Amino acid sequence: MPKDPETLSSLKSRAFDLRIDNLTAITAAASGHPGGTLSAIDIMQALFFGEMRHRPNEPHWPDRDRFVLSKGHAVPALYTVLAHAGYFSRDLLPTLRRLGSPLQGHPANFITPGIEASTGSLGQGFSVAIGMALASKLDRTKDGDRFRVYTMIGDGESQEGQIWEAAMAAPKYGLDNLVVILDHNKGQIDGFVDEVMSLNPIADKWRAFNWHVVTCDGHDYASIQAAFAEARATKGKPTFILAETIKGKGVSFMEGKIGWHGVAPTQAQLEDAVRELRAAKVAYDTTGGGRLAEGN
Amino acid sequence: MGAPVKNEPGATSVASRDAFGDAIARLGETHPELVVLEADLSESTRSKKFAKKFPERFFQMGIAEANMLGAAAGLSLAGKVPFCCSFAAFVSARFDQVRMSICYSAANVRIVGSHAGVGIGEDGYSQMGLEDIAAMRSLPTMTVIQPADDLETAGAVEALLTHKGPAFLRTTRQKLDRVNKEGYKFELGKGVTLVDGKDLTIVATGGTVGPAVKAAALLAKDGVSVRVINIHTIKPIDVALLAKAARETKRILTVEDHQITGGLGGAVCEALAEVEPVKIRRHGVLDVFGESGTPEGLYKHFKLDADGIASVARDFLG
Repeated sequence: MPKDPETLSSLKSRAFDLRIDNLTAITAAASGHPGGTLSAIDIMQALFFGEMRHRPNEPHWPDRDRFVLSKGHAVPALYTVLAHAGYFSRDLLPTLRRLGSPLQGHPANFITPGIEASTGSLGQGFSVAIGMALASKLDRTKDGDRFRVYTMIGDGESQEGQIWEAAMAAPKYGLDNLVVILDHNKGQIDGFVDEVMSLNPIADKWRAFNWHVVTCDGHDYASIQAAFAEARATKGKPTFILAETIKGKGVSFMEGKIGWHGVAPTQAQLEDAVRELRAAKVAYDTTGGGRLAEGN
Repeated sequence: MGAPVKNEPGATSVASRDAFGDAIARLGETHPELVVLEADLSESTRSKKFAKKFPERFFQMGIAEANMLGAAAGLSLAGKVPFCCSFAAFVSARFDQVRMSICYSAANVRIVGSHAGVGIGEDGYSQMGLEDIAAMRSLPTMTVIQPADDLETAGAVEALLTHKGPAFLRTTRQKLDRVNKEGYKFELGKGVTLVDGKDLTIVATGGTVGPAVKAAALLAKDGVSVRVINIHTIKPIDVALLAKAARETKRILTVEDHQITGGLGGAVCEALAEVEPVKIRRHGVLDVFGESGTPEGLYKHFKLDADGIASVARDFLG
């Protein structure tokens, strides 16, 4: 796992490029979810650049760690991270949602390399991750579990009953090779989560379901990595990472705005966003500290 | 005669759920990739035998079918061959999970829905799988199998160990008189002609196959020559065999312990309308709810016993 400042700074620097590519793809598709991709993209980068054992040139390597994106609508962020990691060409990203493109509007595992399960109907990917974690335990050797499994859920998604069925099941089987990350960006299509159907107190709920609960800043790479390390060190029970995030993070006119949940930017808005992100990247790269890198 | 739970003297009569339970417990020995998930009905679905023999490969997921189906998908995607058990009514009701987490994820999950149809008896409609074939059949890549006796059930389970793609296996609570001969070889996707005839073809599946064979014997006494085809694989259906029967007997009567909408009758109509349109009568549960009663009483009430099927056939032939 990357711990040195150099790697942290490369993650932080790449985060600007990821945001630009993600928004460019969504704008090209003229539909998609900017808010919930920008809240999730830093956690995804931290997973694929450091935390997970995986081989981009061998996506079906049986011993790989798995990431299941349960909040499937955030998949442009995942496509972007996968492309940067080498699973497929970055040139594919602007084909998002086009007829014939391998980049479906929501994840399809048998179409896109690096996608582990088809998701998009909310509440389901988490259960699939449990099955993978069970298989990893069945295949364990003296060196331990065969692989680790990560899944990301949304807070709107947490209103689904299946999430709580799954939350009951993982501790029963002592799945300490499973990590659930909540992208806690506080918004959903119809409004703020607290208004639509509050989840509070979230952390208490997961503790009551016998999970090890860790909180992190989902835009601060050191904080995300520390949470992953704590999950790895936790034995006998699964870990729930409550990642505090901001919808639309990194683009000032999108941050915290519910309206950016499921609407693509116009070309002009994209240009504004790209200008802002490029400037922030230059500032970060030259001074070693942009506003994103500081995690606010 | 013809009640589904009554044993003919000397005949072998085994519930397909029992044949399923025996098959997985036996095949578990030679197939370490076989795992079983259950939602608190292991006594009823007969997965319990496997649970006792292979506790480390048996996952009791509690009364949480949606999560169970998703976990089965995950196990499959990581190389296991999961059999995921509950009542047919309950697993098929989690259509969204079967649709996306299993079919659209290309997961080789075997969904085992027991307690098919009104044949379960006293528990009544809420526990009866009556729309499950229709639901499962609508999904791309899904295979739908309903065995007619113990030999066919064992053969189907064995075939599903190596079959690629998701599958739904529908089993019965009630005993089924054996309709196949010892040494029977199950062939996925192939219908089985059990009785030959030229005036009418009865196409049956699962629990109605035995009664259909007996109905053919009753009709033979009236001088009506009836062919009986057992369709154990409802999807993909054996179009060639059905088309041949349509050409040769001109009329088809479908019989199933399931709604006539979307089940075997629907599948046969869809298949034949395009290649060999003939007069078809769909018989089964006629777009109504099931109800409580004895299994025998319900088969008589819904005209799924031999006498009932024969009477429907006579009415159809006019």
